Amino acid sequence: MSWMVWTLPTAGFFSGIALILAGMTIWQHFSPSIERKGFLPLSTTRGDRLFIGLLTSAYIHLGFVGFTEFHVLVATGVSAIWMVVLMRWG
Amino acid sequence: MIKTENNKAWFLVLPVFALVAFSAIIPLMTVVNYSVQDVFDAHTRYFVGTEWFTKMLNDPALQSALLKQFGFSFTILLIEVPLGIGIALLMPKRGWSASLCLVLVSLPLLIPLNVVGTIWQIFTRGDIGLMGWTLREMGVSYNISRNAVDAWATIILMDVWHWTPLIALLCYSGLRAIPEAYYQAARIDRASRWAVFRHIQLPKLTNVLIIGVLLRFMDSFMIYAEPFVLTGGGPGSSTTFLSQWLTTMAVGQFDLGPAAAFSLIYFLIILAVSWVFYTAIMNSQKEK
Repeated sequence: MSWMVWTLPTAGFFSGIALILAGMTIWQHFSPSIERKGFLPLSTTRGDRLFIGLLTSAYIHLGFVGFTEFHVLVATGVSAIWMVVLMRWG
Repeated sequence: MIKTENNKAWFLVLPVFALVAFSAIIPLMTVVNYSVQDVFDAHTRYFVGTEWFTKMLNDPALQSALLKQFGFSFTILLIEVPLGIGIALLMPKRGWSASLCLVLVSLPLLIPLNVVGTIWQIFTRGDIGLMGWTLREMGVSYNISRNAVDAWATIILMDVWHWTPLIALLCYSGLRAIPEAYYQAARIDRASRWAVFRHIQLPKLTNVLIIGVLLRFMDSFMIYAEPFVLTGGGPGSSTTFLSQWLTTMAVGQFDLGPAAAFSLIYFLIILAVSWVFYTAIMNSQKEK
């Protein structure tokens, strides 16, 4: 595994993604998602909103890291709030 | 209505998933790992956090390369899509001439990318190239290794020559799929040629056009071999597109950290654009 030059933060990041995907799968199995229309301009399922949330979170991080002086964890916090809003009302 | 779905078929996807894991997911994870470190060799590496991302996002050379890349992609789409539709409309519908046209139109698609670059490199030379020589004899000053405008025009021309056939073939197949009854109805209504195109052919072409635009956008956004062979990115860095910057950084200078950070940004842009197109396709199909 040393050729993959793992670090603690990246390992944590990928474990997090894997956990979210596994969790979503189990959630979907016990209570299937129903497609609905929220504040987004298109109707989405739970998985769609997760994808949109992750992608926009990546851009939020890039924006914070690239063009502001804030610590990267501020971007993570903003993304987390955005993710909850998106999953609940998106 | 509650529908019971059998999801066991998903297990049949497992082999492909394993394959993709080794060919794409694990390498991508490695890129992510590299992007937060300064790696010298297997034992000497330093964690630098988000430093590379900050650096790459604020690099003026990369910013201008990104703008150039978008400019290039939109320019070739603006030319190739209308031209491709036009060619598809002009192509004969049946008989030997249809087969001949299909072969002739698809010929450029069969040529490998670096060969296309070489063909155009020779084609545009002032001493032995047909186009370069003709332009010179006509008194037009044209030199792709000195003049940035000439280099740009040639690369766009080359891409149009190479890839318009793709749009044309997609549209041709889309046009063939329109039932004759639509045209008969149009004739009964005495619809003009333009009305037939606007209200029958274009709506029926929407789906193939979205796929065509998606393919052309992604391909042109990742363009590498053709401009590399034709101009080598020059003159100066006027035709150095993103993938060429990336290769120079990763392979030429062995700056793996910045190159990894930059490829992730590149990847996110392509992912976002592809998702928008994918959603557009899915929504347009849902409406029907």
